[in-house]
Amino acid sequence: MGTRVAIVGVGQTHHASRRLDCSGVEIIAEAVTRALDDAEMTMDQIDAFVIGNMDHFENINYVDMWATDGLGSFLKPVFKVTTGGTTGTTVAACAFYHVASGLFNTVLAVGWEKNSESDTQAAIATCANPILERDPFAGAIGPLATEYSMYMKAYGATEEDAAIVAARDRNNALLNPYAHNRMKVTVEDVMKSPMLSYPIKFLDMCPRSDGACAVIFAAEHLAKKLCPKPAWIHASVVRHDYTHFGDLEWQWMPTLERASAEAYKKAGITKPLKEFDVAELYLPASTTGVKWMDSLWFCEKGEAPKLIRSGTTHMDGELPINPSGGVISTNPIGATALIRVGEAAWQIMGKAGERQVPNVKKALATGFGGCSWSDVMILGADLP
Amino acid sequence: MKVERVAVIGVGQTKYEAGKRETFSELVFEAATKALKDAGITIKEVDNIVSVSSDFWDGRTISSMAVQDAAGAFGKDITTVEGDGTFGALYGMMRILSGSFGVTLVVAHHKGSESSMKGITNTSFDPLVERSLGLDAVTSAALQAKRYMTAYGVTEEQLALVSVKNHGNAMRNPLAQYPMELTVEDVMNSPVLSSPLKKLDCSPVTDGACALVLAAEREAKKLTTNKKRVWLMGVGHCTDAYRLGDRDLADTRALKDAASRAYEMAGAGPEDIDLAEVYDAFTYMELMWIEGLGFCEDGMAGEYMERGMFGLGSKLPINPSGGRLSANPVQVAGLAEMAECVIQLRGQAGKRQVKGALVALAHGINGMCGQSHCVWILGK
Amino acid sequence: MLASWKEEVEEIIFPGKISVPYFWTVGSTLSKWYALIRDECEIWANRCPECEMVFVPPKIKCINCYKDLNEWIKLPGTGTIETFTVVTERFYDPKLHPRKAPFVYAVIKMDGADTGLVHFVGGVSPEKVKVGMRVEPVFEKERNGNILDIKHFRPVS
Repeated sequence: MGTRVAIVGVGQTHHASRRLDCSGVEIIAEAVTRALDDAEMTMDQIDAFVIGNMDHFENINYVDMWATDGLGSFLKPVFKVTTGGTTGTTVAACAFYHVASGLFNTVLAVGWEKNSESDTQAAIATCANPILERDPFAGAIGPLATEYSMYMKAYGATEEDAAIVAARDRNNALLNPYAHNRMKVTVEDVMKSPMLSYPIKFLDMCPRSDGACAVIFAAEHLAKKLCPKPAWIHASVVRHDYTHFGDLEWQWMPTLERASAEAYKKAGITKPLKEFDVAELYLPASTTGVKWMDSLWFCEKGEAPKLIRSGTTHMDGELPINPSGGVISTNPIGATALIRVGEAAWQIMGKAGERQVPNVKKALATGFGGCSWSDVMILGADLP
Repeated sequence: MKVERVAVIGVGQTKYEAGKRETFSELVFEAATKALKDAGITIKEVDNIVSVSSDFWDGRTISSMAVQDAAGAFGKDITTVEGDGTFGALYGMMRILSGSFGVTLVVAHHKGSESSMKGITNTSFDPLVERSLGLDAVTSAALQAKRYMTAYGVTEEQLALVSVKNHGNAMRNPLAQYPMELTVEDVMNSPVLSSPLKKLDCSPVTDGACALVLAAEREAKKLTTNKKRVWLMGVGHCTDAYRLGDRDLADTRALKDAASRAYEMAGAGPEDIDLAEVYDAFTYMELMWIEGLGFCEDGMAGEYMERGMFGLGSKLPINPSGGRLSANPVQVAGLAEMAECVIQLRGQAGKRQVKGALVALAHGINGMCGQSHCVWILGK
Repeated sequence: MLASWKEEVEEIIFPGKISVPYFWTVGSTLSKWYALIRDECEIWANRCPECEMVFVPPKIKCINCYKDLNEWIKLPGTGTIETFTVVTERFYDPKLHPRKAPFVYAVIKMDGADTGLVHFVGGVSPEKVKVGMRVEPVFEKERNGNILDIKHFRPVS
């Protein structure tokens, strides 16, 4: 079997709507420097690199080549992986496989985006099939709005249920110095915010941000030496099952169901709500924070509103979700899913500052993007 | 330390040509289907997929999405490498070595004729500095060619020999785009694009797709016969600096580093290689990479080429497939080289068969002027 | 390998052009470099305190040690042509090239630095350009804070 792998350091930039002080390479260097500091490592201890972002946001071809100065990859191994919104977890999984393969001992994974450099919606639109789907349906919000409408119709979920999620994540962000949007909101504020695409309102939806995240993965023998409480990777599962938006089953979130079921099996998790101590979930809109509770097997189908209203997923509840403030507070797209992994790792390492959940032994991180794709990663304080 | 070995058990390629009428998905489906058939398996036996694609060349954000279903993504773990196919194969192998997967399908596609080479390669230059100068793959390569020629006294005629050899080799490869009987004079008389590079010094615009099926040793032995199996014995990758001015463009240090990692892992040296497919995006590159891979001293490849070395009948044939000069589907190219190595090592290369070949080398590049390299050693 | 029914299908080509405007942030390091080019017609570099390597264009971190680079030095501006290429009319593309062909690109090893700058060579006919030629920068009269503020490099008189 493969080498066991742990995260030994994480670095993030202070995410913002526009980082006008930093070029793309500088923003990467900021995150990389912080990750090295966090792990108390120097650049010469890094064996290999993997980087990801979404090309059309910055229009730079061969980003892995262009990023050399910021990454520190001069005369070292590097390549790029990219899969839309799931890029961050794709990058994390890639770094994991580098080390688990036994070919590399320490790998630096970087996800980044400077969304301020382009018109986000225009750049995303080209992901849809140019002939069939681009004109009517493309962009991030259409599919998400449709999906929640179906859930509302099928199970009686409400806009207010989603507003509770929005308020939860946004208020959590107040304790996260790296978050882009840090605002105190009430459920009423969310309900009153302008409608974007029914039923998703302005405060329900994620921003676009400039930011970067760097995570250092290490092989077992090194992880134990480098870090007092490394975050061990217990499972990594990916399901990117769909290509056309028209093929989706809208009442539930099939890829997340399948990916999480498989991941739980790998990690020996049978009661996710009880066994996880914290979850950093890629929720691009608050509505998904309602609907996808079923898909993560946290509750029975249709029971998500009850779960949300119970307070279980709030900071003082049994399974805090998104102590970092989540995606609706911070969204540098190529980094977003990696930030979920980084934040989950910090929770295990005990480095999550004011947003630390006590005694985290098992953490869940997810990625989302493209045509309803899902990535799931499970981290643990104990060896897998 | 590797736990077990990984083999290539199937290869599939489309014909390489310009102006293909199939869509990206259709090309991927064609290559993947052929590879599965060659391996004697179905998509069911594949448990994970690495697709290789580029948002720029495809003109789509999340370009991998366009080919997911054609690559058999449903219900499987899938990921996408953006870069040359050799890096995709590397990731495919690491996923197996991790113990998480047993059979990886690696598939790359490219339609150069649907895009603009100059514009797209220009975007690999820093928008804050060099991009506005209008540099692209050809003009930057020209800078490197001139530097290499100046450093070692290599002549344009020596470069032309590479074009003659490779287009000639392509006459024996039914998949190649430009089989041609050329003379050195033909190459020297072709129009100059950016000195010293002439049209016949440069690779063409190509469409095509290629797929490899990789399997862990235990799976490979279960699913296929010894005849089909070719082992991935060693791999290494390494990048040089980004700005052209940060490098001595004649120095192949990154390639040497990648090659030494691959040789070490394989427990082999340059003298053990029976044939090599190297990334000859331009004629001068073949000469530089031959030297960087340790097949001869720096600066000497042109001279050896004049003496007949590296041809099909020689001790170390380079680019028996016809090379990238005869077909250059970007991103796909490195994977196609690996496919050629597999075909050669299995003894299936027909008229271009290198007799008694037991160990082969495939080499991919990424970025401009061969900034990053990935070297593979394959063996029977 | 088209299935046979496809031979009779009318092929529709759907033209598409991606048009997304971009606004790249120049960042602290290059902004300082370009401000000096624009305002003073001076080319500066930065130096690593540890390995002492001097970089132009300036870098954010040392390529060897990954240290921060805070020491800036002014370069004389002159340099030596390390390599060059003459772009012909055949290859000229008005959508891409800011100069009409034939024109010359070169990598110019800058005096006082360990790296080279890529730019145009002008003020001399392309056939006369040689490796090893000594050159100096010519600045545009109107400058905006980008690489084209330098018009080209010309042979030192």
